[in-house]
Amino acid sequence: MRYLVLLTFLFCAQIANAQIWEDRRVFQSGEPAVSLRIISSTDTAFLEPIIDEFVALNPEVAVEYLVMGTADIDGIFRAAPDTFDVVISSAMDLQLKLVNDGFAAKVTETVLPDWAKWRQSLFAFTVEPAAIVINRAAFQGRDVPQTRQELIKALRDRPYFFAHNLGTYDVRRSGLGYLFATQDARASETYWRLMEVMGGLGTRLYCCSGEMLDDLASGDIAVAYNVLGSYAEARSDIADKIQIILPSDFPTTMMRTAMVSDHAPHPDASAAFVRHLIATQTNTAMTEGGLRPIDTGITRPTIHLEPALMTYLDRLKRRTFIKEWENAIIQ
Amino acid sequence: MMDDLVRVSGSLRRRLMISLISGAAILSVLLFFVVRHYAAQIAQDSQDSILRASVSSILDAAVIRDGQVEVDFPYASFSMLDTDRDDRVFYGIYQDRRLLSGYADLPLPAGRIADEAQFSTALVDGTVVRQASATRMLIGASERTRIAVTVAQTQDALAGTLQDISRTVALFCALFFGLVTALSVVAASATIDPLSRLATSVARRGPQDLRPFEKQVPSELVPLVSSLNRLMGRLDQSLTRSEDFIAEAAHRVRTPLATVRTYAESTLQRVSRQENRDALRAMVRAIDESSRAATQLLDHAMITFRADHLERKDLDLGALVEDLVMRLSPIAEMKDVDLVFETQGPVAVSGDEILIQNAIRNLIDNALKYAPHETVVTIRVEHAPRPAVSIIDQGPGFPTQDMDGLTVRFARGDNAGGIIGSGLGLTIAKDVAVAHDGALTLSNTEKGGACVTLSF
Repeated sequence: MRYLVLLTFLFCAQIANAQIWEDRRVFQSGEPAVSLRIISSTDTAFLEPIIDEFVALNPEVAVEYLVMGTADIDGIFRAAPDTFDVVISSAMDLQLKLVNDGFAAKVTETVLPDWAKWRQSLFAFTVEPAAIVINRAAFQGRDVPQTRQELIKALRDRPYFFAHNLGTYDVRRSGLGYLFATQDARASETYWRLMEVMGGLGTRLYCCSGEMLDDLASGDIAVAYNVLGSYAEARSDIADKIQIILPSDFPTTMMRTAMVSDHAPHPDASAAFVRHLIATQTNTAMTEGGLRPIDTGITRPTIHLEPALMTYLDRLKRRTFIKEWENAIIQ
Repeated sequence: MMDDLVRVSGSLRRRLMISLISGAAILSVLLFFVVRHYAAQIAQDSQDSILRASVSSILDAAVIRDGQVEVDFPYASFSMLDTDRDDRVFYGIYQDRRLLSGYADLPLPAGRIADEAQFSTALVDGTVVRQASATRMLIGASERTRIAVTVAQTQDALAGTLQDISRTVALFCALFFGLVTALSVVAASATIDPLSRLATSVARRGPQDLRPFEKQVPSELVPLVSSLNRLMGRLDQSLTRSEDFIAEAAHRVRTPLATVRTYAESTLQRVSRQENRDALRAMVRAIDESSRAATQLLDHAMITFRADHLERKDLDLGALVEDLVMRLSPIAEMKDVDLVFETQGPVAVSGDEILIQNAIRNLIDNALKYAPHETVVTIRVEHAPRPAVSIIDQGPGFPTQDMDGLTVRFARGDNAGGIIGSGLGLTIAKDVAVAHDGALTLSNTEKGGACVTLSF
């Protein structure tokens, strides 16, 4: 009976929000008293074991897991911060700006090193590289490019082969894509040369890693640039068709972060969830199909949690960057 | 007894310590606030200079391109604002006071903003922030426009730094206070010690010692010591003068008294009427007492003089007392009193022979005066525990109350009625005892007689 009421309530809430989610799952064990609403950009499959474990340990808490793209999460959450408990996103810049703008609550946590958290409110729980992913068949019998420079050379060597055969994030739609692009542009001028070459050959623009990987596996595209490495690694179904390259010239690594809304309806349960998430993802071995955990011993990722992340979120900076990016990639 | 008469108003040492320590406390607190204020200013200055750098790096990036303002500011503009407490950062880019980009919550400071960065403190989202603002004129192909940039930062790291500084400064000030307190104890001792030494040397002086102080004293004590010396000089002079006067007076009285006595004696031989003879006898007795008193006054003056300049010799107390007893025996016989001398061999004593003789003679004299007829006065010389002479009579004894008061000059016992005396005998004995660092002990025997012990 209670379950039915809960379902009805959730259904109504869904209607009221009139929001179409990319994915939506409710996790629970026993008879929950509260329901945590987690809005996340991470595919459900990655966090499923962690959330399952959490609801098993806390049978009084149910978790409603809502998946959305990073840019949309920012908009949806800012519009109604009191309807969500936890925000998980791979767009570090957007997350950091949420905290800077006062949307996050402080959570007592002592496991993470300083570089993996900001203002005791934003907590990293993965370290993930941006990768070049290629279709193995497309490079059959040829040298596999290990750097962006080599990739440019490979593309120039076979322009007819690669024409309309490339993919990358549409930085206008994907928060993570924008983060990777801006950080690449910061790191090296090579990024712009690569974009110009890719633009000249005609590149498909994607909102998400998933679709890019699907097209890569099916052979629709031969090279995908700045794909989230962890997503590619997790796709065991297409592992024989694709190859993941972590560029050796300059790596781009980001951290997936979680925060508790300052207006969370269930602050204690939210904090408990975030602590559980951090505990499971810190100094442990990487699990099959999981996300690469935080290793407090290693040097920090190339993208730091610092106020400078807000630089490219500035309206004028973004306008300039997008214009430049469009000039390069859309020809 | 003297202390009761002195009115005490606090302690110099305490007063000195309180002034020094409260001075140190005030200084420590003052030091704490001054240093902390200074440190806070330095910390604030360093935050301000970073904010200024951030503002100018954003302003520098502003250009007009195709009639549109572009501000492609570097990553470092915000990167430099990273602090260990992860302070929040707010900013705004304005074109002619119209927000182009940034936080609407962070308004530009009112009034004209100069090209040089200006600093202010504002509230954003309920949090105090430090704000730096500056402007720059952009000149395009056809237009001029003024760009203003403001960057603000919360002060968590600053507060943390201040807290650290406060803790360090507080510790430093506490140490300073402790050190100064310790030093004040030393300083107070060093200041008070000469005074204490002077006080001790005054207190240690005997009652007869009226010599001036010759030890070195700090200059502040010179007026006190010289006044004291003058006072003692005057006292010594007046004492000497009065002793001289008494001696002179006694001496002058004794000679005429002797003459008068001779006349009275010879007259007594000649008159035969009983009532006249009685009157003459009474006259002779009175003259005797007067001359005795005069002798005692002389003795006393002599003792007072000699006590300051003791002529110590090794004496046999037994022999000395035996000699005295022999000399006084005739007087005792006249009063029908037996003098019994007891000794256990020679008793060695170091002292002034004349003074000791005088004292013991006065004591035996006293005993003879109070001893009833047909009784015994025992004079005992002992050498243990201390060399001592005891004179024991079988008279009425001392009045039990106020026994110590009897040794005061001219004091006489309540039961002395009818017996003529000056009240100087015990005083003389006591002065001699004190001059020899000895004691005069008065007691009554079990049978009621008086017992006086002079011990050395």
